[in-house]
Amino acid sequence: MLRYSLKRLLSLVISLAVASLVIFAVIEVAPGDPASFMLGMNAQPETLAALRSELGLDVSKPERYLAWIGGMLTGDFGTSYTYRTPVAEMVTQRLWVSLPLALYALTLSTLIAFPAGIYAAARRGRAGDIGVMGATQLGVAVPNFWFAMMLVLLFAIKLRWFSAGGFAGWQDGPWPALRSLTLPAVALALPQAAILARVMRSALLDVLGEDFIRTARAKGLTARQALWRHGLRNAMIPVLTIIGLQFSFLLAGGIIIEQVFYLPGLGRLIFQSISARDLIVVESVTMLLVFAVIFVNFAVDLAYAAVDPRLRART
Amino acid sequence: MNLLSLNNLSLSIHNFQILKGVTFDIAAGEIVAVTGESGSGKSMTALAAMQLLPQGAETTGHITLGDQDLTTLTESQLCGIRGNEIGMVFQEPMTALNPVKTIGNQVAETILLHERTSKAEAGKRAAETLTRVGLPQDRFPLSRFPHELSGGQRQRVVIAMAIARHPRLLIADEPTTALDVTTQAQILDLLTRLAREDGMGLMMITHDLAVVADMADRIIVMRNGEVVEQGETKTLLREMHHPYTRMLFAASSHKVTLPESRATGPLLEVKGVCRDYRTPRTTFFGQPGHFRAVNNVSFTLNRGERLGLVGESGCGKSTLTRALLGLEQVQKGTITLAGEPVFTGNKPNLAVRRHMQVVFQDPFGSFNPRHRVARQITEPFHLLDDPPTGAARQKAIDEALTAVGLKPSDANKYVHEFSGGQRQRIAIARALIIRPDLILFDEAVSALDVSVRAQILDLLVDLCAAYDLSYLFISHDLSVVRTITDRVLVMKSGEIVEQGATEDVFTAPQHPYTKTLIEAAPVLPEIQGLTA
Repeated sequence: MLRYSLKRLLSLVISLAVASLVIFAVIEVAPGDPASFMLGMNAQPETLAALRSELGLDVSKPERYLAWIGGMLTGDFGTSYTYRTPVAEMVTQRLWVSLPLALYALTLSTLIAFPAGIYAAARRGRAGDIGVMGATQLGVAVPNFWFAMMLVLLFAIKLRWFSAGGFAGWQDGPWPALRSLTLPAVALALPQAAILARVMRSALLDVLGEDFIRTARAKGLTARQALWRHGLRNAMIPVLTIIGLQFSFLLAGGIIIEQVFYLPGLGRLIFQSISARDLIVVESVTMLLVFAVIFVNFAVDLAYAAVDPRLRART
Repeated sequence: MNLLSLNNLSLSIHNFQILKGVTFDIAAGEIVAVTGESGSGKSMTALAAMQLLPQGAETTGHITLGDQDLTTLTESQLCGIRGNEIGMVFQEPMTALNPVKTIGNQVAETILLHERTSKAEAGKRAAETLTRVGLPQDRFPLSRFPHELSGGQRQRVVIAMAIARHPRLLIADEPTTALDVTTQAQILDLLTRLAREDGMGLMMITHDLAVVADMADRIIVMRNGEVVEQGETKTLLREMHHPYTRMLFAASSHKVTLPESRATGPLLEVKGVCRDYRTPRTTFFGQPGHFRAVNNVSFTLNRGERLGLVGESGCGKSTLTRALLGLEQVQKGTITLAGEPVFTGNKPNLAVRRHMQVVFQDPFGSFNPRHRVARQITEPFHLLDDPPTGAARQKAIDEALTAVGLKPSDANKYVHEFSGGQRQRIAIARALIIRPDLILFDEAVSALDVSVRAQILDLLVDLCAAYDLSYLFISHDLSVVRTITDRVLVMKSGEIVEQGATEDVFTAPQHPYTKTLIEAAPVLPEIQGLTA
């Protein structure tokens, strides 16, 4: 298990190094000089040069790469070209919205998907299964911003249980913040839950067709006991894969939902920075997201090994 | 007193009749073999006795265990009987165990399900049971996972799970079909011993009569969901009233007469071949290790000769086959067909491949289900510089299909329209169509029923005479190799340990391993007046 973990960890570090190079190179080849963009068309060459030196754009590319990576490792992400505030500060602020939102949505989606998928698999071909599958079909087909608008109409405008948008912040304790994240989390979670439930169902059905389930039944287990004791853990590998992918998506992919609910999240930050050609922010946030994705994959790999002893043995 | 009685048991699944009026009894301590070809309903009979039938199954008639009619019990009552009074062992030990739970956990589960006892006590009993089936605790602790065991060892775990509660009846559904002959002999001994020691009734489901001929007290022969004959083993084997029983026995011991081998110089020459596989590194920066799957193998197959290659799973047969076909590069040695190397540069030598074709084991998996027969069997034409087209192509298809006993009109069908035996004929037609010199048969009749196997063997004999073919026949089934080959190679742990004329090797084996193999192989008793 230790060898397996170390090996995954090594692969994590290599992936990060490669990703940082690619991100840096892509941003470098993107046309447009941030300094001239900030100063406008008629800027004096001297002012431009001064700004370029201030932004650290006048040194060679390898030096800039090393400075960028070195800064990231020490928590210094540079200063935003447009806002003139440290990027680290901006990102931290946004993370306090996006990370809880992603976790909240993922928890909800798992809480919905597991029972739904297991229920459908246990009742394969019967009314319960058809009902669940129909609902998930709808969940996959309907875009999350439409769910978001319906949720706002019902819970914010009609019932007035939640506010229609904005973020209350964490300064008054967790409840106001969680309350303002609830509708967005539900809107994000529903389509994800639909996908996850379908994966859960089909993974479980595959496992229930395996010989060892028949062996379990021959021992005297009821169909339900066989499913819970022998089926579920074996069905977890594909489910964990999807959960990993979904978390990565939720962290940055909630941009439309952030827009609908007017949440100051990472998705919006990256969108605004791209429009403003604030490349240092784009670079740093992208790197952060890549880190998150690779880290989640690492966690999923460890979860695989926890679930399946055959992976632990493999080096 | 009968332990299990099936009385006029009929079964249909979604209105498709599977069993028709099956009636037989098993007494306590009795070993009863239920035999028949695929589709005879023998496995469904076993599942009916367990009341573990698929959805949509409807039964009539009675299944009585002791004084309880199983067909009238509720599901929860049945759960109390399964594993407790009836244990079951399945065919495929590789998949019959839960891969994510330890063997101790899985054996103890049977005990914990049926009695109120502590986990520690159940673990202790699981250890005892595992020791009893030949898995002593010092070598196979409870904490082992299934993937750490071999096929035969896993089957022992499955048996331990089934007998942990000392059931009155043990049902074994083809328990040794997936195992090697030497392992098979051990598992059969174990099952017999357990049944005798515990006075347990044993229902052995098998397609292989030789397996049960000397262990069963009684034999029940089934065909198309009906019992055609049953009786005491000796009496049944002597009398054989029903023609189907006679056909089954004749087919099992089917012998063919090979045409005289006109060996005219070497065709396939294998010299000092080694094939290594890389094994994972043991340290982060260390060199990866090597596993030598084929070690210094040399042999010659003469033109017109039928050569056999036998050995147990993992002995390197399949690796050698892939190397012969030029599918993989060998690390040492040379393989030539008519003087030309089978592997050139970094790819198979296609000029050689047109003289060498292969027929695989699985008649279901070795075809693309979306292609028609005509397209499947003309596939090897890509090896030719000038493949026939139009009428010539059609003529080649017609000839190949006719040669293997199918009709030219079959060319427009899809493979799912054919039975297993017919598919294997199509596979042979595919090999035959470019008129090769040599055909490799990789376990080509192992998945077939005995009667179909006999027909395919006859076909192979006809073809080798008509088309002047040489065969390399790779199989774990000694009786088949004995009848269809002139000469045989015995392979063990990547090496050829013995070779010689087939009859000589079988009657007077020299190497101890060959002796073990031949002794372990189940044989049918000689019965007078039976010829195929």
